[in-house]
Amino acid sequence: MNRILVAIKRVVDYNVRVRVKPDGTGVVTDGVKMSINPFDEIALEEALRIKEKGQAQEVVVVTIGPADCQQQLRTALAMGADRALHVQTDAVIEPLTAARIFKSLIDREQPMLAILGKQAIDDDCNQTGQMLSALWGRPQATFASKVEIGDGVATVTREIDAGLETLEIDLPAVITTDLRLNEPRYVKLPDIMKAKKKPLDVLEPAALGVTPSEQLKAIRYEPPPQRSKGVMVKDAQELVAALRSKGLIQ
Amino acid sequence: MNKILIVAEHDGSRLNPAIAKCVRCARDIPDANVTVLVLAADPAAVAAEAATINGVDAVVTVANPANAQALAATLAPQVAAVASGYSHVFGPSTTFGKDLMPRIAALLGAPQLSDVMAVESATRFRRPIYAGNAIVTVEVAAGTQLVATVRVASFEAAARGNATAPITAASLDVVLPSHTRFVSLSAARSDRPDLQTANRVISGGRAFGSADNFKILDGLATKLGAAVGASRAAVDAGYAASDMQVGQTGKIIAPELYMAFGISGAIQHLTGIKDARTIVAVNKDAEAPIFEIADYGLVGDVFQIIPELERLIG
Repeated sequence: MNRILVAIKRVVDYNVRVRVKPDGTGVVTDGVKMSINPFDEIALEEALRIKEKGQAQEVVVVTIGPADCQQQLRTALAMGADRALHVQTDAVIEPLTAARIFKSLIDREQPMLAILGKQAIDDDCNQTGQMLSALWGRPQATFASKVEIGDGVATVTREIDAGLETLEIDLPAVITTDLRLNEPRYVKLPDIMKAKKKPLDVLEPAALGVTPSEQLKAIRYEPPPQRSKGVMVKDAQELVAALRSKGLIQ
Repeated sequence: MNKILIVAEHDGSRLNPAIAKCVRCARDIPDANVTVLVLAADPAAVAAEAATINGVDAVVTVANPANAQALAATLAPQVAAVASGYSHVFGPSTTFGKDLMPRIAALLGAPQLSDVMAVESATRFRRPIYAGNAIVTVEVAAGTQLVATVRVASFEAAARGNATAPITAASLDVVLPSHTRFVSLSAARSDRPDLQTANRVISGGRAFGSADNFKILDGLATKLGAAVGASRAAVDAGYAASDMQVGQTGKIIAPELYMAFGISGAIQHLTGIKDARTIVAVNKDAEAPIFEIADYGLVGDVFQIIPELERLIG
């Protein structure tokens, strides 16, 4: 069966203005809205579209984290994923650990494609997809803005610093999504009801043979240095004069 | 001694300016010995350039026709083969480095720190998270090999000197995959300075309303010798190319002068520009958040003010 594995992460919602706790031990997450990482939503949307074109038969959504993550898995099922896997743990999961867990799930599920968001908007690491493809020994097409599935291959356009790069990769492979790949669909109420009946299996990292290790210890969190508010000028002339006086323009 | 390997980004003939910034970051590590690794079809010119950067102790080259394109799947096993014996493996936090370094880290079984913005010791670094809304200090256990990408906007470029570091060629016995093939690169050819390294950058946002209107920035950019950037809203709307996007998921820049036209200043955009020396904001909306961080703010219509600035700067 042609299967697509989509990894999602529960993160502080895109619209929340994140604040550092006064004691510097982390950021405030109590009572804060949590959502599927936006890039992962794009990953899921792409998988669903590939399935809707008849190029895959099943979309499996996976996540790693505490029990609360099942809310995001249910949302993903409501979007259209066929079933969900929850690797439940309260441990700190670094990207390399996440990649090891996903690799073991790939060994079980044998997907033709694993699609991940290019980065999570909480830790902004941008690592897991690349690490997964290295462990899997398969191609990676990161920062995808266009994906076309062919016969045993995918043609992927990537947003890179120099412009748009197109790669051809053999399947199975890992793709990570950039913002402009697609616009994720909205979840409709009947789909939320239907999603409650879809299968959601819970596993433990140990059952997958992975022990979460904390190789990177967060010592301290701080708010970023603030830029101070400058001055308002009344017109273009005053602006040019100010920039000239600072030697910023001739 | 801390042995640091920096993976060179280049276009086949020139070293990317981000690498001199990685060198500066690496030299912030105490007792550092810095090697630049050049993987290319023909590495000679790039290696010669890398060898003149102050603070580079050695350059290692790997020549292979397969390295003509910077494919992570091809480069990573070669870097991993060279990297044993190095305490730190660095790359720039450009799309090249973001794509490649985690693949190297996984092959080495090493943790990675992304977007290092400051070095506190050989094992302790600072990096931004949550789109720059928080800075975290991270410690890696002593003796753990560490892979990192360097947030290039946080470091000055190391200067070039007269001395030349020794260049040695490595020959590797690594099987390279054929499962990933380069097809094409479509780059908007521009004679403007590179967005990531330009001294001056002017950017446009949603206020422009169309791709044609966006072009009114061109005249001012030419007068200023500036690169042109865009907000995510402008790129999403199709007014500007994706490689012009500045912000959390686009380019992080640190020019001397940044001028934002018709950009409201979403936090995701601000995170890409807050290292700019001077920020100028022009926006119709006096309440736009961009004014909170701008050194100079001007409330007004971009379609009036841009031609005026062009004329005044003359």
